Amino acid sequence: MSTTTTEPTAAAAASRGRRGLIVRDYGIVLCFVALFVALSLSTSTFLTERNLLNILDQSAPLGIITCAITICIVCGIFDLSTGAIYGLSAVVAAKVASSTTPDVGVAAGVVCGLGLGLANAVVIHLTRINSFIGTLATGIVFRGLALLITGGAIVTVTDSGFRTLGRSELLGAKYSVWVFVVFFAITAFLLARTTFGRYVFAVGGNEEAARLSGIRTELVRGACYALSGLAAGIAGVLAASRTASAQADLGTGLELSAIAAAVVGGTSILGGEGAVWRGVLGVLTLAIIGNGFDLLGIDSTYQLLVQGVLILSAVAADQLLRRR
Amino acid sequence: MPQNTTIAGAGASRPRVEAVELTKRFGGVHAVKGVSVAIAAGSVHGLVGENGAGKSTLSKMIGGVHAPDGGELRVDGRPVRFASPRDALAEGIAMIAQEIALVPARTVIENVFLGLEPRRAGVVQTRELRRRYAELEARTGFGLPADARVGDLRTAEQQKVEILRAIARDARVILMDEPTAALTIDESRRLLDIIRRLAADGTSVVLVSHHLEEVLDVCDAVTVMRDGALVRTGPAKDETPESLVQAMLGRDLELMAPAHRRPKPDAPVVLEARGLRRAGALDDVSLQLRAGEIVGLAGLVGSGRTEVARALFGADRLDAGEVRMGGRRLRLRHPRDAIRSGIAMLPESRKDEGLLMLRSVRENASLTTVAQLARAGVVRRRAERDQARALADRLDVRAASLEQPVVGLSGGNQQKVLFAKWLARRPTVLLADEPTRGVDIGAKRQIHDLLVDLARDGMAVLLISSEIEEVLSLSHRVLVMRAGRIVEEIPGDVATEENVMRAAFAPPRTSPGAPST
Repeated sequence: MSTTTTEPTAAAAASRGRRGLIVRDYGIVLCFVALFVALSLSTSTFLTERNLLNILDQSAPLGIITCAITICIVCGIFDLSTGAIYGLSAVVAAKVASSTTPDVGVAAGVVCGLGLGLANAVVIHLTRINSFIGTLATGIVFRGLALLITGGAIVTVTDSGFRTLGRSELLGAKYSVWVFVVFFAITAFLLARTTFGRYVFAVGGNEEAARLSGIRTELVRGACYALSGLAAGIAGVLAASRTASAQADLGTGLELSAIAAAVVGGTSILGGEGAVWRGVLGVLTLAIIGNGFDLLGIDSTYQLLVQGVLILSAVAADQLLRRR
Repeated sequence: MPQNTTIAGAGASRPRVEAVELTKRFGGVHAVKGVSVAIAAGSVHGLVGENGAGKSTLSKMIGGVHAPDGGELRVDGRPVRFASPRDALAEGIAMIAQEIALVPARTVIENVFLGLEPRRAGVVQTRELRRRYAELEARTGFGLPADARVGDLRTAEQQKVEILRAIARDARVILMDEPTAALTIDESRRLLDIIRRLAADGTSVVLVSHHLEEVLDVCDAVTVMRDGALVRTGPAKDETPESLVQAMLGRDLELMAPAHRRPKPDAPVVLEARGLRRAGALDDVSLQLRAGEIVGLAGLVGSGRTEVARALFGADRLDAGEVRMGGRRLRLRHPRDAIRSGIAMLPESRKDEGLLMLRSVRENASLTTVAQLARAGVVRRRAERDQARALADRLDVRAASLEQPVVGLSGGNQQKVLFAKWLARRPTVLLADEPTRGVDIGAKRQIHDLLVDLARDGMAVLLISSEIEEVLSLSHRVLVMRAGRIVEEIPGDVATEENVMRAAFAPPRTSPGAPST
């Protein structure tokens, strides 16, 4: 082999390296845009205000939870109790709303979520269990509490005021969409611009370095659990309000969907890296895949296959590009 | 393609491994530019150069970790191509990397024979395994307990496990990248003895190292690299530390640290520790640091040096003892308490305890001051950037930009970022644990100058280093530790390698008259 072949190879390797980084950083954006354009062209119904707002409305509960879960993952923790908190908060909201007023019910649901998040923080700090196992266990407890409260029955709210949050509109979009947008804006700002966000990156990236830099790592982690609980509470209340009812098994598996969405968005499962907008883009990508399948009239079974493969490829791409 | 050098006559003198015009690029960086090196059978071959000179990359190409972009690798005169370290091992080339790659939860013997276990029908033949291990032990005389968990061993011993592993795989060439970086002087000496013995048995050893004395001590031949290119290869006996430094840098550099003034004897004591105890680590440690003073803390690895720094910093809980600053007793429950009192600590391992490797220079530099740089919890980005830039300029951090993740910087620049992070707080006491470990010679000199400057400006510095020359050349006072105690205090002007090492090694003194309570 001669120099003339060596040089282009090296140059190609160089540009491949650069391209790799772009794929890692903005792969999800490309993927989302490509899907968006493809669906806009192949269907007449996708690119309509009604359909897009509908997607946002459908995605709101998962989206809100994913915003918080993304921050947890960046901080190096997993909250597997979030689906159960969602269910329990919905049940509490519906139960309180039927015995008092809708507004008190909504507040009770949100406070319940926040309280359960704080409970997670305290339990895990005191027992020093790994977050994965700890929240798996507390999640089972929370689910049990929800069953205890409902006795296995569906709780329905007759006061139509309870439906306002889930069904009424403001400036053409449902309240739930606005709640999602506002929650996204707040969490994205928290992670990217505040000292709390810096501490989250530090604790997730290198816990010992964070501690030796004077950061109270247990407080940072506790705040993440609380935020995650709050998000699940808000999302649970939105879900209960939408149907004016709640039951104990609401949101089963939601925590895994949120983690999957965060990872598809490009947040590293190892912690210390990521962004809230990535999680939201992950949620929306998975949502428009589902929407596209419906609009194109494809059997929804294939939808699961495609989503699973997408999650696998997101993680594989991250690993592969990280190895460079 | 450049001309291949013709090798006169194949025969007994044929090199065991030969690199011919090897080239490697990473992205836009030309890491190795057509380097040719021949490694003779049974020789110890040193590879020196500043960080980034390409010596690690060259050794990784020989070890099969990186595939060359150009040039040829030959083993016993045959051209070879390695796609992985496994291929290299098949040709008898083993690599012992800077980061130890063992299975910490398994035993020594399991690690040594990992993948080579003698087995019958899938069942490991334990007796045969032990026989082979005894054979290896007899050859090397390491004296490692076969059933100890590798994770419980100290770094020096883990390295021996790696060496045993290489020998167990019939390695004829062993590549060692900075093997003494984490070792004490004594452990390094023993490792060098092992290297000599390996070479005497016919194994070739390639030694990548920053320690020039060590290279000159043990190597038969030395190759110097600079900016990815070969400067020269020659017999080690023709070189001196000065000649090597000159070749590495392309210019002269004084090896010794700058002369510096002692603090006035009446300089105030800024930090005082009394009777620090922690079970298994510290035993009644007391010390004083004065403003403007550099105090060296010497001793073997495991003697408690790092533990002293961690205790003063509130990183570990103490069983007893007190730390005072300006006469006020500190409550050290968390590093935060020490930091607020004006103490800073550069930890022993910048990667594990110091830096957020994936985050930017800017974010790392502001980690300890981000609360001051924020208004109502929101980081003021311009203030943060200005601070990071000022520190990076002052410390000569060489990065593409402040936004570059620190993982991509050289060891010396990473260490400077670590300094930036702490200098941002303007501490009155700096605890520097191995501040120049794994740093190239230019950056090392800059860090020495920096420590001297900081002391001159009134900072009290506690310097912990396994490099005795560093301690001797910088310290106003040397404290020597042994088995968790400070056993000797030697003024800087009379401290020598000999009296420091004697104190570090001496067996516990038994004073006959002392009453034992």
